[in-house]
Amino acid sequence: MHPDTATDSLRRDQGSWLLGAAALTLAPHVDTLPTWVAVLAFGLLGWRASLLWRGRMATSKWLVLMLALAAGIAVRFEFGHFFGKDPGVALLAILLGLKLLETRTMRDIHAAVLLCFFLQLAVFLENQSPLFALLALGACLLSIGSLLALTDPHASQRERLRTSALLLVQGLPFMLTLFVLFPRVQGPLWGLPADAHRAVTGLSDSMSPGSIAELSQSSEIAFRAAFEEAPPPPHLRYWRGPVLTHFDGSTWRASRHERAEHPYYTPAGPQLRYQLTLEAHNQHWLLAMDFAGGPVDGIRFGSDYQALSVQPVRTRSRFELNAYPETPVGVDESSRVLDSARRLPADGNPRSRQLVAELSADTPTPAILLERVIDYLRQSELRYTLRPPLMREDSVDTFLFVAQRGFCEHFSSAFVFLMRAAGVPARVVTGYQGGEINPVDGSLVVRQSDAHAWAEVWLDGRGWVRVDPTALAAPQRIESGLSAALPAGEALPLLMRPEMAWLRTLRHQWDAASNHWNQWVLGYNQARQLELLSELGLDTPHWQVLIGGMMLAVLVVMAALLAWAMHYRNPADALDKAWAAFSRKLAHVGLERHPAEGPLDYGARLARARPLDASALQEITSRYAALRYRPPAPVHEVLELKRRIRKLNLR
Amino acid sequence: MPQRPANRLLEAASQIILGKTHELQLALSCLIARGHLLIEDVPGVGKTTLAHALARLIGLHFQRIQFTSDLLPADIVGVSIFDRDTSHFRFHPGPVFAQLILADEVNRATPKTQSALLEAMEERQITADGSTMPLPEPFFVMATQNPSSQIGTFPLPESQLDRFLMRIQLGYPDRSAERALLMGKARREIIEHQPPVITPDDLLALQEEAQSLLIAERLIDYVQDLLAATRQAGEYLGGLSPRAGLGLLAAARAWALIEGRDHVLPEDIQRVFPHIAAHRLQRAGDGRHPGPAELARLLQSVPLR
Repeated sequence: MHPDTATDSLRRDQGSWLLGAAALTLAPHVDTLPTWVAVLAFGLLGWRASLLWRGRMATSKWLVLMLALAAGIAVRFEFGHFFGKDPGVALLAILLGLKLLETRTMRDIHAAVLLCFFLQLAVFLENQSPLFALLALGACLLSIGSLLALTDPHASQRERLRTSALLLVQGLPFMLTLFVLFPRVQGPLWGLPADAHRAVTGLSDSMSPGSIAELSQSSEIAFRAAFEEAPPPPHLRYWRGPVLTHFDGSTWRASRHERAEHPYYTPAGPQLRYQLTLEAHNQHWLLAMDFAGGPVDGIRFGSDYQALSVQPVRTRSRFELNAYPETPVGVDESSRVLDSARRLPADGNPRSRQLVAELSADTPTPAILLERVIDYLRQSELRYTLRPPLMREDSVDTFLFVAQRGFCEHFSSAFVFLMRAAGVPARVVTGYQGGEINPVDGSLVVRQSDAHAWAEVWLDGRGWVRVDPTALAAPQRIESGLSAALPAGEALPLLMRPEMAWLRTLRHQWDAASNHWNQWVLGYNQARQLELLSELGLDTPHWQVLIGGMMLAVLVVMAALLAWAMHYRNPADALDKAWAAFSRKLAHVGLERHPAEGPLDYGARLARARPLDASALQEITSRYAALRYRPPAPVHEVLELKRRIRKLNLR
Repeated sequence: MPQRPANRLLEAASQIILGKTHELQLALSCLIARGHLLIEDVPGVGKTTLAHALARLIGLHFQRIQFTSDLLPADIVGVSIFDRDTSHFRFHPGPVFAQLILADEVNRATPKTQSALLEAMEERQITADGSTMPLPEPFFVMATQNPSSQIGTFPLPESQLDRFLMRIQLGYPDRSAERALLMGKARREIIEHQPPVITPDDLLALQEEAQSLLIAERLIDYVQDLLAATRQAGEYLGGLSPRAGLGLLAAARAWALIEGRDHVLPEDIQRVFPHIAAHRLQRAGDGRHPGPAELARLLQSVPLR
């Protein structure tokens, strides 16, 4: 068949493979492609499929050309340019559909399969989750299958799938070698520069009413923590973010703080070691558990007891950290810090000030006043809700006396306001509280919905003491998480609803899998590479050594595969081994096969010598005879024979 | 289930020739492999009966030629005689124009006469007076030969022996078979009342089928090893020829077909090998053909691959 004279060389089964490969290739792109592009690309596939099923020829060249032109113009309008990842992928997706529509020759089909491979690669520019990797792998399997369908039209579908999978498996050692040894540059493997600075959900360094409530609607993962021993109980799981001292009447802001390589306290008490895997949030803070021990490379400690990374966390990063939850902090806090922790706007929230004046009428000590405020808050039946009403003016008054319901930021904000009004240094601490233990791998998963705000009060002789006013109204929030604390009927993020338990289990498993993926595949950076290589005895090798080693390893793998292929060129060799093993087994009872003895003669002799085993023995010899002398021997039957010989028990 | 033609034939033949199933299967393999058969034995063990029986069972046109020292080539192939009426020579076909020929005591005739038959066997056609006439199909020659020690014989030269695919010996029947033979009806009478069990067309189909049997490459290797073993050992004057190798494969295929298989096993080769090799090989020492035990040793010395 001359490639150019073939009118429509695509047979139905070949076409099905190709269309399947194209559909699976395009599927992960649907997420990011403009809707019309996705619809168009899949529409073209459907068109081709209908042509194929009706046994029709490819569409006319002119129509395809017109469509291509129109699609090109539309892409230009959609993106404003042709350059860059997004318009490129969109164009390729459309071109894949058009290419399939005009497949006439072998060359067209090969081009379409190559396009598929390219698009499978392009998926990772956008998303590197294990699910997408699986989809791309499946598409790759089908693409190879469609090439096989072209070269070997007589093989069955199952054989094609098996051969395709075998080819992929054979590629595995190369992939692993290249993955492990290819010199890494700093930075994420797939990230394009623009990706690293995009807006991400997470805490900010200011807090106004409603900002954390908004965050709590997101079930995105903020970070994971894997403790070396059992995770601490929920009431210790305070993950420290920005500490907010400045209050302008509605918004709390972080004050300036100093940084040092050592913590501003002396870690004391029991130590908890854990590994923190932080999702990219483009900020410095690490959200370490109170209170982090140090020094640690690449980490600075703030004078407000935050742990901070030197560089903003722009990619998912791992940190080995210690926490000392019982450390006393700030016993000898500077008066400058304490002054700013007492400062309030001159006016606003008069009813709150009035309340404080009543509570501190007898000028109690700060500790007694603290107890009174706590008692007051506990008695005033404030409700915990995700949907607090708007509180613009005098937000603390509105919360305490009018609305009487709010989210953690309202509680902490009101509490700190009251303490300051009484002249006791206090501040708001934001961060995350709690987290969920993944039963699959035991790690603690902390989501954006675990975002929290609490307070710290400075007491003479005790330093900064953590007070969580939210716990006064909704103690379950601390012990059991957000979903337990909210009143019934309040809209929770879907996955947090208790009735979705099965879905949560599934999510746990998925989280654990993605965590491994993140740690070992996406997080395999220069540092990890060096770590791994040094474990292999190669200390900080030069990149040229690395490339040399990589090439050597690839050659070795190739030679090994080649040797394997030569050795197992056909199942006949496996058959020889099985037959020799059979003879060896029978040699134990003095019935070794004579070198010139044929299988049937041998079987007959064995049957005479061991009448009890006669049927099993002759079954083996006759199977062998048929497999050996009636080629080709199907692999599964050779395996079956091997199994029988292995299981043969002479009575 | 109706028996396959080859098995029907074998079974019917073993009802007539008692206690000789192995030899009968060899004879049938030879027939199916389109070879010719040489039977060497003392008189009276059933050589003639075998030929008769086969012809009858297949419904083949049968001719017997008794070879004597005064037999002439024309007595075999036929002769052209002048026809007065037409004033032309007319060819009168000889007994060789038959489907199954029993050449009895072939070594009693002169070499010239012998070679006339042997050439007909090889060419499967007769050339007389410038015109060529094909011999009928199927065409099968069974020649019997008295042991060469007998006087008044012209032993077949080695090159002629090669024309026979196989040489078998019938030998004396065993005691029980002989008793049944003695007590039963005369063989000739049984044969006359025996209807054919297959047709000549069936035989042609069997011959066709045998050629299509699978032989694994390893068995080709094995056959080459066997041929090489006859050539290298220095035990024989010359070894087996490539023609013998082809004959060995053809005979093994036919044997496998009778066994009911669509592929050849090493056993098939080993069964027919002694009968292919014996009359083609001459011992280096005394120039005699090797005996069965010697050939069995040769088979044992060549490992299967």
